[in-house]
Amino acid sequence: MKRETPHKPLPANSEWSFELIDAYHKEIARVADDFGLDTYPNQVEIITAEQMMDAYASVGMPVNYNHWSFGKHFLSTEKSYKRGQMGLAYEIVINSNPCIAYLMEENTMTMQALVIAHAAYGHNSFFKGNYLFRTWTNADAIIDYLLFARSYIAQCEERYGEEEVELLLDSCHALMSVGVDRYKRPAKLSMAKEQLRQQEREAYMQSQVNQLWRTLPFQETRATAESERRFPAEPEENLLYFIEKHAPLLEPWQREVVRIVRKVAQYFFPQRQTQVMNEGWATFWHYTLLNKLFDEGYLADSFMLEFLQSHTNVVMQPPYNVPWHRGINPYALGFSMWQDIRRICEHPTDEDRAWFPDIAGSNWLETFDFAMRNFKDESFVAQYLSPKVMRDFRMFAIEDDERESKLRVSAIHDDLGFRRIREVLSEQYNLGNREPYIQVWNVDLRGDRSLTLRHHEHKRRPLGKTIDQVMKHLARLWGFTVRLETLKPDGSIELLQEARIERRDP
Amino acid sequence: MVRIIDRRFDSKKKSAVNRQRFMRRFKHQIRRAVSDAIGGRSIRDVDSGENISIPSKDLSEPQFQHGEGGVWETVFSGNDRFSSGDRINRPPPGGGQGGGSSASNEGEGEDDFVFQLNREEFLDLFFEDLELPNLVRTQLAQLVEYKSHRAGFTNDGVPANINIIRSLRGALGRRLALGAPHWAEIRELQEELDEKREALGEDHEEVQELAEKIARLRARIEAIPFIDSYDLRYNNRVKVPKPTTSAVMFCVMDVSGSMDEEKKSTAKRFFMLLYLFLLRTYERIEVVFIRHHTIAKEVDEEDFFHSRESGGTVVSSALVMMRDIIRDRYGSGAWNIYGAQASDGDNWENDSPQCRELLDATILPFCQYFAYIEITPGEPQNLWREYQVLQASHANFAMQRIENMGDIYPVFRELFKKSLI
Repeated sequence: MKRETPHKPLPANSEWSFELIDAYHKEIARVADDFGLDTYPNQVEIITAEQMMDAYASVGMPVNYNHWSFGKHFLSTEKSYKRGQMGLAYEIVINSNPCIAYLMEENTMTMQALVIAHAAYGHNSFFKGNYLFRTWTNADAIIDYLLFARSYIAQCEERYGEEEVELLLDSCHALMSVGVDRYKRPAKLSMAKEQLRQQEREAYMQSQVNQLWRTLPFQETRATAESERRFPAEPEENLLYFIEKHAPLLEPWQREVVRIVRKVAQYFFPQRQTQVMNEGWATFWHYTLLNKLFDEGYLADSFMLEFLQSHTNVVMQPPYNVPWHRGINPYALGFSMWQDIRRICEHPTDEDRAWFPDIAGSNWLETFDFAMRNFKDESFVAQYLSPKVMRDFRMFAIEDDERESKLRVSAIHDDLGFRRIREVLSEQYNLGNREPYIQVWNVDLRGDRSLTLRHHEHKRRPLGKTIDQVMKHLARLWGFTVRLETLKPDGSIELLQEARIERRDP
Repeated sequence: MVRIIDRRFDSKKKSAVNRQRFMRRFKHQIRRAVSDAIGGRSIRDVDSGENISIPSKDLSEPQFQHGEGGVWETVFSGNDRFSSGDRINRPPPGGGQGGGSSASNEGEGEDDFVFQLNREEFLDLFFEDLELPNLVRTQLAQLVEYKSHRAGFTNDGVPANINIIRSLRGALGRRLALGAPHWAEIRELQEELDEKREALGEDHEEVQELAEKIARLRARIEAIPFIDSYDLRYNNRVKVPKPTTSAVMFCVMDVSGSMDEEKKSTAKRFFMLLYLFLLRTYERIEVVFIRHHTIAKEVDEEDFFHSRESGGTVVSSALVMMRDIIRDRYGSGAWNIYGAQASDGDNWENDSPQCRELLDATILPFCQYFAYIEITPGEPQNLWREYQVLQASHANFAMQRIENMGDIYPVFRELFKKSLI
């Protein structure tokens, strides 16, 4: 590689120091700025391995409420770390403003620089730019909100007993995956507002709920046509929201706890939908930024060798027929796709012109910015996965139908199969398909107050064994009988599960 | 602009609370795992931590999930042999993720959840609800012994405790402090003297006067004592009450012909539990192993458990030996004495009343606790009947029967159950 403007390389010690981190950061920041990366201010925190495990256990957040499930995660992380089965992640980065990136003290200087480029510039700019994060999360308020949540839940424990709160949280956690708004736009979080509104809300919601049930006896005589009306009028996809607003027997503080879990679930929702894009983006940028610095002469060869080794490990894609194959590696796919988009912009082939007339030959930085801002995994793959990447990965799609005795290869990386593979892969990243689609369908207002959920069956995929447990949790929150029915593709409805709670005196 | 914050010294163990909650939540399962674990351990390694495994289904966090079945289409990488439309066999269930297994990857792993308990947690769970009987005397005994500790310096004390460095440092400081004003004056006068001497010459009256003044001041400085009684510092030592942390445990076992290996290993488990249990309360424990058939012998652990003897049984021989050892070695009152005797209950007929008398008069009064276990599937024998008399009259004597290995733990719990008084 030719070096045009040789600079004095930064010291390539393997031991890091605060001065060195600062020096490397300065250069990385400069190059990132040249590429036009827009980020939140950075806050780099040095932590120990043990603290890293703590951070893992509380889903990466610096503060969180207490719950045994976090202890369980801590124990299993600790065990695999101590046995050397697992290295800790090099970094954890928190979508907050300022953006907090954790560096582990055990890492070498090279790794610290890699992490700074990856987390503090890659992820950080993605958090700030991507529409999902902009819509669903509020980087300014999250830490404050978690602080509020932690102290609120601690207060509840003091007042109502740890066990009571724990049972409630268990039930809420069981519904976390169906406790997010997938389509509706949320209100922004704000610490001050939350606290101010919390008490009003308690009083108000309780009165609403009571109203709902109090008027019931008088409606018995009304026209029967009205009894056909469902409640809620429209099916509700966010179960936790529905519970918070309408569960008849919850105390105000319990509603608040449900709300906290719902808010946290919602906060992590974008991350689950942008894994390929986000990790790919961060990997692309650490690769690009550090290579640029190397070209400018700032980085020593030894630095680059160590960096490239880690980088290669991260973007390795094992083929389907080795035991350590775990599906498509999001880092590998994301990195290849972003690299490929740049290639299409800078050196398009005829194939690219046919497939991507809009971006072939365009300014790559602008194209990148647009793609980063406006897509999630599902749409990103559908829009940008090119034949070249599919060929490079030697992708093929397998159809597994339980009625057939054999699996069928439905498409491979050839002209006939490119579109099919792209479609299948995009579907794979669609959370709506990956997780069962379940909505609140009806509440029996004038009868036993039972709650009915409806599961929309998709491609004959049944629900797993865990549903009876989840339904028990739901029944605990709702306080009356809950049912789960499945809507088959042919329009028939089948009752799957019923969790009964008998109450004489609600 | 970046902010680099060093968090390494922040509070660690943020997850400690969550870990505790996890333990509390699954106490039941963990306790069961602990008592399973103790069954498979030998006396030597029982003291370490333990891997506890709990069926993961007990602690799953259920979510709405897809089960297996239906139609799934999945993309894989690394195609090396397939073309569109190929039909391939399903990979065997559970065998590797490769080979195009497109079953739901969201199913819960059925493996056990394994984690490590440290030694304290393990023992706490193991001995939960158990209490060492007769701790009262130990607590009284705690005040008897004192240990001398350093505790800084004082202004008075005995000459042997003078701390020279501290004292001289004080003296130097005092000399500097007392001399300082004179020195300042001397410097001023000296300057004046030099000027005057220059102007007026050596013999002028004023010059003479100044020189005299300086000489007087110097004399005063000289007069400051090199070391004064204020300066003396003494090493301070305070007496700290030392808790009695030593205990001695007597393991008495019958090794006559009727005690087979299985009975001995049952006894070993029992001694092991007792040892561990004592270890939680006492820093240092001495163990005395006494085995006997017709005559008693003090042996080491290896011999105690593994060598085999045959012949008749005279239990009193061992008790006599125990009595003598207590008198000779542990008679000072600073020792907490525990006794455990294991036997199959077989004794020479005329000896049993003698055993009772020995215990009654010469051993039980010195013991914190004495436990007798009889390992036999059959009817209780004469020794048991004699001991029953003791049980009525001594609160620190307990006896239990063990029929097989599985009884050890319940019996142990029975013996050391927390008393509600």
